[in-house]
Amino acid sequence: MPTPTTVMPPVPVRTDATVTTLTSADVERLRADFPILERTVNGSPLVYLDSGATSQKPLAVLDAERAFALHETAAVHRGAHTMAGEATETFEAARAQVAGFVGVDADELVWTSNATEGLNLIAYGISNASLGRGGDSSARFRIGAGDEIVVTEMEHHSNLVPWQELAFRTGATLRVIGLQDDGHLKLDEAAEIIGARTRLIAVTHVSNVLGLVNPVEDLVAMARRVGALVVLDACQSAPHMALDLRALDVDFAVLSGHKMLGPTGIGALYGRRELLDALPPFLTGGSMITTVQLDHSEFLPAPARFEAGTQRVSQAVALAEATRYLSAVGMDRIAGWEFALGQRLLEGIAALPGIRVLGPGLGEERVGLASFVVEGVHAHDVGQFLDDRGIEVRVGHHCAQPLHRRFGITATTRASAYLYTTEDEVDAAIAAIGDVRAFFGAV
Amino acid sequence: MTGSAALQGLYQQVILDHAKEKHGFGLRDGAAASSHQLNPTCGDEVTLRVHLGDADTVASISWEGQGCSISTASASILSDLVDDLPRPDVRLRIEAFRELMQSKGTIDGDEELLEDAVALSGVSRYVTRIKCAMLPWVALEHALLEADGALGAEAGAAR
Repeated sequence: MPTPTTVMPPVPVRTDATVTTLTSADVERLRADFPILERTVNGSPLVYLDSGATSQKPLAVLDAERAFALHETAAVHRGAHTMAGEATETFEAARAQVAGFVGVDADELVWTSNATEGLNLIAYGISNASLGRGGDSSARFRIGAGDEIVVTEMEHHSNLVPWQELAFRTGATLRVIGLQDDGHLKLDEAAEIIGARTRLIAVTHVSNVLGLVNPVEDLVAMARRVGALVVLDACQSAPHMALDLRALDVDFAVLSGHKMLGPTGIGALYGRRELLDALPPFLTGGSMITTVQLDHSEFLPAPARFEAGTQRVSQAVALAEATRYLSAVGMDRIAGWEFALGQRLLEGIAALPGIRVLGPGLGEERVGLASFVVEGVHAHDVGQFLDDRGIEVRVGHHCAQPLHRRFGITATTRASAYLYTTEDEVDAAIAAIGDVRAFFGAV
Repeated sequence: MTGSAALQGLYQQVILDHAKEKHGFGLRDGAAASSHQLNPTCGDEVTLRVHLGDADTVASISWEGQGCSISTASASILSDLVDDLPRPDVRLRIEAFRELMQSKGTIDGDEELLEDAVALSGVSRYVTRIKCAMLPWVALEHALLEADGALGAEAGAAR
């Protein structure tokens, strides 16, 4: 275990020889499960390189949602008829499936609308504890003046703004771990910041802009030494690599369904069992109570305590199917394929004149995405040029304004791959990016 | 290979030229009012100052900002257009430009009225880019309202 002041070297290089991966033939086969990939955009075959924003959905996922609606629709966790019972069983089986996919137990997984709601659930639960709700059992969550919440400069706004607001509400102080020029966290700075006042560390597992994988183990070790909680944003890791939240030893984590082949409107929050059982609820109302008096109520244990109101049942069922699909393909093979695609993309773009890629260089661990700046051409114009050839990428600040400010820019273009992305698509993007500067007269 | 005819229509040479030349760029002192407008989806921003001749005439605008070629060219074109122009005529042109941007490609724009700004007509076919082109025009609209004391301290977002 490293000492707090040790700066960890980058994650060791993975070589093709040691990595299981999908093959081009595998990818061609599984693309048949995603009919949308056959469409054209502006007269060209679609090259979808915006999976970091939202993934496409395979037929199995769409079919699962439709099958539930067609054959099983009924209210869950209420009603005593046969269909209510069946729907409840299906809903809870979906929870167990998704929980298993990330290495945790079913009763530690709370359904949310999205990852943002999951993060707000934690922040407002802590707020409510700080107001005294939850009594003695929630006392461990209370924060106030003199306490510190630690985030990083690379966080997505959804893992930054809720903590800013929590700090404002409670009087706690927000501390920020800065980034090195290559995008990696300054771990020596982290070791200085994380101390006796630290109550919570919120960090992303994989950066949605830099594509790098953060050293979660090191941050967890620092947190454990001072008794702070660790909240992991797993939105960009869960879709792309095998994830074992128990092994990572984080206290909370959030998932986004639509980035991992599932539908929109569904996400999940993992919380260590004893923490979820002690955290006061965020949204309150029906379905999360045991006894309701006119002037007060008693709440169910987790996860039901955090699931007020009618739940997203068909979406949960579809997300479970998405995780089954991913597991059947194999998360290690997906990660291997995307690592190779990411390296191909990085190598191709970095070789072009006047292009600056953010994040770690070739050979370092990154997922299959690259965010870059084209000298003399604004990201919006780059995106428009690529779109003209059917290449769909994300442009702008990618909900990470502070990260962009850190690197002295306002916007980047991001190409992000997934299991269905081919080498030819990456090459088409590289070729198009190579033509951008000439079109805009920037050479 | 370059872009398609549609893309060439969006990025006409006059737009690429304006995006490079940036007429009116650089904030000048002595403004009657100013406005800062931001496109929150992409982070593009413009700060625009309006310089009045007499109370009824816009002498010039000066501006600074960071943005794509569409928003940059739009600000440059606007700077040329409103140079020494009676305020009712400025208002007329802003309205005509807004109508052009909302036309989804159904009108070409009145070149006598809008001059180089008609080159931006292609933008109206790209729903995600209309805000880019409108940004400096909305800033001018707000600056004029501010000059009249018709706006509070908080200017609204670009529309």
